[in-house]
Amino acid sequence: MKKLIVACVFAVLPVLGMAAGGGVHLEKANIDLRDNASLQRGAKLFVNYCLSCHSAAYQRYNRMGRDIGLSDEQVKEHLMLASDKLGETMTIAMPTADAKKWFGNPPPDLSVIARARGVDWLYTYFKTFYIDESRPFGVNNKVFPDVGMPHVLWELEGMKKAVTRTDTDAEGNEHTVITGYEMVKPGSMNEAEYDQAARDLTAFLAYTGEPIQLKRQQIGVYVLIFLLFFFVVAYLLKKEYWKDVH
Amino acid sequence: MNNMMMQLLGWVDARFPLSKMWKEHLSEYYAPKNFNFWYFFGSLALLVLVIQIVTGIFLTMSYKPDAGMAFGSVEYIMRDVDWGWLIRYAHSTGASAFFAVVYLHMFRGLMYGSYKPPRELLWIFGCLIYLALMAEAFLGYLLPWGQMSYWGAQVIVNLFSAVPFVGEELSIWIRGDYVISDVTLNRFFAFHVIAVPLVLLGLVVAHIIALHEVGSNNPDGVEIKKTKGPDGKPLDGIPFHPYYTVKDIVGVVGFLIVFCAILFFAPEMGGYFIEHPNFEPANSMKTPPHIAPVWYFTPFYAMLRAVPSIAGSAFPGVVVMGAAVVILFFLPWLDRSPVKSIRYRGLCFKLLLALFVLDFILLGYLGMQPSTALLTMIAQIGTIYYFVFFFALAIIPKFEKTKPVPERVTG
Repeated sequence: MKKLIVACVFAVLPVLGMAAGGGVHLEKANIDLRDNASLQRGAKLFVNYCLSCHSAAYQRYNRMGRDIGLSDEQVKEHLMLASDKLGETMTIAMPTADAKKWFGNPPPDLSVIARARGVDWLYTYFKTFYIDESRPFGVNNKVFPDVGMPHVLWELEGMKKAVTRTDTDAEGNEHTVITGYEMVKPGSMNEAEYDQAARDLTAFLAYTGEPIQLKRQQIGVYVLIFLLFFFVVAYLLKKEYWKDVH
Repeated sequence: MNNMMMQLLGWVDARFPLSKMWKEHLSEYYAPKNFNFWYFFGSLALLVLVIQIVTGIFLTMSYKPDAGMAFGSVEYIMRDVDWGWLIRYAHSTGASAFFAVVYLHMFRGLMYGSYKPPRELLWIFGCLIYLALMAEAFLGYLLPWGQMSYWGAQVIVNLFSAVPFVGEELSIWIRGDYVISDVTLNRFFAFHVIAVPLVLLGLVVAHIIALHEVGSNNPDGVEIKKTKGPDGKPLDGIPFHPYYTVKDIVGVVGFLIVFCAILFFAPEMGGYFIEHPNFEPANSMKTPPHIAPVWYFTPFYAMLRAVPSIAGSAFPGVVVMGAAVVILFFLPWLDRSPVKSIRYRGLCFKLLLALFVLDFILLGYLGMQPSTALLTMIAQIGTIYYFVFFFALAIIPKFEKTKPVPERVTG
């Protein structure tokens, strides 16, 4: 009984190490969900770099292929490293218990992460990993302080060091502010290439957050055209009926 | 053929008052001819109720009220169920639309004094509908089992634990557990899909029966039944059908344009209709940094937070929040002015009401913000004014200069 109450209290206390992201400047992701090439590159990055630890358990392989312009064969050949059934969702083999042991928290499912975090947050997140030896994986992140994961894309981006400045606020407390980054160990991509890769991956996650979104808007246009037409008809009908009301 | 239909109708009418009901409530229900824009929202509320019930039935077919499966089943509806996304967005947009329409409907009542005799009971049924609607929305918000579902429910159920002496037991009884859990989800589901909708439907029927008994008010606040023609029909009345049925079609389509624009192009409405943290599955070990209810509850949430706790108990805030809803029931007896419509009331009433609307919107905004000392102070002033408004209505008629109310409606 007592234990339960303590558990309740702890459940209500804000847990440290949460991704607040509040107040940090986010870069504009500028993604284009109509750009299939970008989505395909993003999908490739996703299955190669994310899908070993993170699942996208609500996203089916064949649906993804159809939506981003790939045939079933292409999906099977290039994007199915973790499974071989096209109708399956993007799950991972890592047991949750192990994940908890290795990372502290199990890596979250990424199906709707773009809707929870926003695309600008994701884009900035991919670009603001920096070296921090005090962390278990040697890196930290500007928009997700004390993040529990390594910089998985480092072989593409390279490893960079944060350039900081120390500010003193009105109450005399010192804050370390990251002003920029310095490349320590270059990766296989230059800055522009990596920006594009981050954008592609963000676009893919935005797609997978709501696969129907483009079609939804498309249908919406027709629905609104119909309703506007119907509105005129309804208005004329009303006018006709009300002619004799004075 | 026509003859056969008439015979069938005759057969039914001999056994069930079909033609009689049609006449009483539609073709011979006389409504004032001067309804304006504000009179669309009653029929629109009925439309949204139907949208919510129909989409709700289809959602229930694929939704799983199980803490381990609820979040996933919503995504299943969004992705794998044919047109599931449309049904789900219609339901989520419908929830916000319901409150938008009901708030405008209530504002109309305030403007034209629709709660005054002989419509007190009609107003009370409306208040009960509003109360049931709040319960329905709160219960339904837990079902997607996202972070905001979970922690929102946690915060609201914890309010009951502020009740002196029995609070702790009471909140456990409501949850069926020490925290919001699978048990809570199951009972909230039961209440959301059966218990509260039944109550809501019954109240809506009572609301309409009461309305048709006393007749509709109008923007002039004139009782049309007082001026009848030689045929015994109100001179300023027109049959609801076909006049208001065709007019309401215009309102319905106008509403659907806004509704569909949101549904198809901005179903999250920038996080106001579907909150961003609700795309993270409920996690009892991780409190979101900022818990805010959906927009339609935020005025009351602001009042709750504005009241300082006494001896560590949040109970005074809970009382004030409850009183903010309960006071609506007493409006017919608080407002002493014999003049119904704002058109013939004094400047004082107009200012009070305008300020009340701004105050409600301000409180709604404050309820979304993280509280700071300054914002809490503003919310306290806003809360005080919310109540001052109602008591001022009892006082101002003593010196209010009203204009003469015409005998007939003005068009």
